[in-house]
Amino acid sequence: MLVDKSTVLHIANLAKIEVPDGDLENLASELSHILGWVEQLNEVNTDDVIPMCSGVASMQLRLRQDKISEENQQSDVLSNAPDSRDGFFAVPKVLE
Amino acid sequence: MVLLTDLTIAEARDGLARKDFSSKELTEAHIRAIESARAFNAYVLETPDRAIEDAVASDKRRAKGEIGALDGIPIAVKDIFCTKGIRTTACSKILAEFVPPYESFVTQKLRQSGTVLLGKTNLDEFAMGSSNETSAFGPVLNPWKSSIDTAKLVPGGSSGGSACAVAAGLCLGATGTDTGGSIRQPAAFCGIVGMKPTYGRCSRWGIVAFASSLDQAGPMTRTVQDSAIMLSAMAGFDHNDSTSSRQIVPNFESSFEKSIKGVRIGIPDEYRVEGIDPEINELWETGIQWLKQQGAEICSISLSQTQNALPAYYIIAPAEASSNLSRYDGMRYGSRVSDVSLTKTYSKTRGGGFGPEVVRRILVGTYVLSAGYYDAYYLKAQKIRRLISEEFNNAFSDVDAILVPTSPTPAFAKGEKENDLIAMYLNDVLTVPASLAGLPAISVPAGLSKSGLPLGLQLITRSFDEETLFRVAQSIENSAGWHHRPSKFMF
Repeated sequence: MLVDKSTVLHIANLAKIEVPDGDLENLASELSHILGWVEQLNEVNTDDVIPMCSGVASMQLRLRQDKISEENQQSDVLSNAPDSRDGFFAVPKVLE
Repeated sequence: MVLLTDLTIAEARDGLARKDFSSKELTEAHIRAIESARAFNAYVLETPDRAIEDAVASDKRRAKGEIGALDGIPIAVKDIFCTKGIRTTACSKILAEFVPPYESFVTQKLRQSGTVLLGKTNLDEFAMGSSNETSAFGPVLNPWKSSIDTAKLVPGGSSGGSACAVAAGLCLGATGTDTGGSIRQPAAFCGIVGMKPTYGRCSRWGIVAFASSLDQAGPMTRTVQDSAIMLSAMAGFDHNDSTSSRQIVPNFESSFEKSIKGVRIGIPDEYRVEGIDPEINELWETGIQWLKQQGAEICSISLSQTQNALPAYYIIAPAEASSNLSRYDGMRYGSRVSDVSLTKTYSKTRGGGFGPEVVRRILVGTYVLSAGYYDAYYLKAQKIRRLISEEFNNAFSDVDAILVPTSPTPAFAKGEKENDLIAMYLNDVLTVPASLAGLPAISVPAGLSKSGLPLGLQLITRSFDEETLFRVAQSIENSAGWHHRPSKFMF
């Protein structure tokens, strides 16, 4: 297996997703299956090929001025917050 | 008299113009149809009050002679487009209560053209799936049934709710999004036209992100002409999307003025993949003959990277997804599951909010982006993506369009592929290559299987050449003489 239970736990921790212990084995097997399947790409020679990271090969990203386009949106911005106080997002304590 | 819910967008537009019926009548007919077909689970949110309000406003505009291109036309919107003041969930538990304070660019454009919003349609959670079975709102049923088997069929995915709604007469057209085939494959499964424009044609602003270098909005309709009409209203430059194209948007409905005489059609042998249904291969042959009879030139081409597209996609898409979905941390919006520390709150929130397929893809994406694996997986896949794109470019120096099937099989039974991940992923094998290259592609219903299920053919053209795409697609549609609809008695 390419991925074992401890690796799944490690990745899940990186991704900040709690995975129940009972699911680790199954996930290890599924991830191994997927990663094993994509290994066929190793047979392709990609020396000197420039990676393509945009939606179409010729695309160039634009720059725009960094300026405020809409002001005074506080209530809209906070409208979906699970918890907000005095116009701020309220989050769990970060430092003890 | 023809049912108002059976009209095409073009027919409804003409009927409204002739005052044969009002938008309110047209809309009410659809609201009734939706109410009677809830068993399909196509809509996750019906917005009848908003629909009537839109329709009445449209009728008023028409009385004043101030109408848009789609004025009074009732449509459905995939529940991945943010709609201002209307719950938008991406069919995920983590966004179950999310009410966007803003409108997506594409739905804003559709509103400006006068459309009536009937509601939000079901999809695979965060558009990750090929059967609409990963939705937090439960699966959608395909309105079609096999004549030899009683099993309930999936509508395909991820835009399964939109495909079902269009096929079953629950809207005149719908929006979809396509990352690896999420418009085209469900369109093929439900016997409708599904179109993915060139990457950058439609703004991604306000569409819940899955894989940003691949996501693209497009129309789902009952005819190719309707597809062209709807895309004209959806496409256009948006300064809020850094990848939005400044290419001029033509009136795509004019695409049909020229014939396909002399158009060169490429047939890539490599799309004869293992496991493809023989009936679909036969239909492909028939499609080739149709185009030949209409004066197109058929050319054999080679796309040798085809078999590498799917594994490359299943590295790139999860990688981008793992990054995009990191925003769901339960702090600014979405559900939060509180725990003793911030870190535990994050992982409880995300562990509880995401369904199994989304977790799987985030984990795969995190793995291929993690230290030590980045080059071997992610960078490798991006290099393959370049090879695929270049190969298409080479092919398009010789041909104007490529004809291939849309999916390897017709609609399959609910639950059939749930426990076989790779078999589920293989649904996208014929749609993913065009996605990776950012090319426009369309699925057109072209025939029925022996068991009476719709089958689709797919066309791919050069980037920003949607006009050729529509023109050849309509030629397929005409030759197929497609008129099939799922039986009204099936639900």
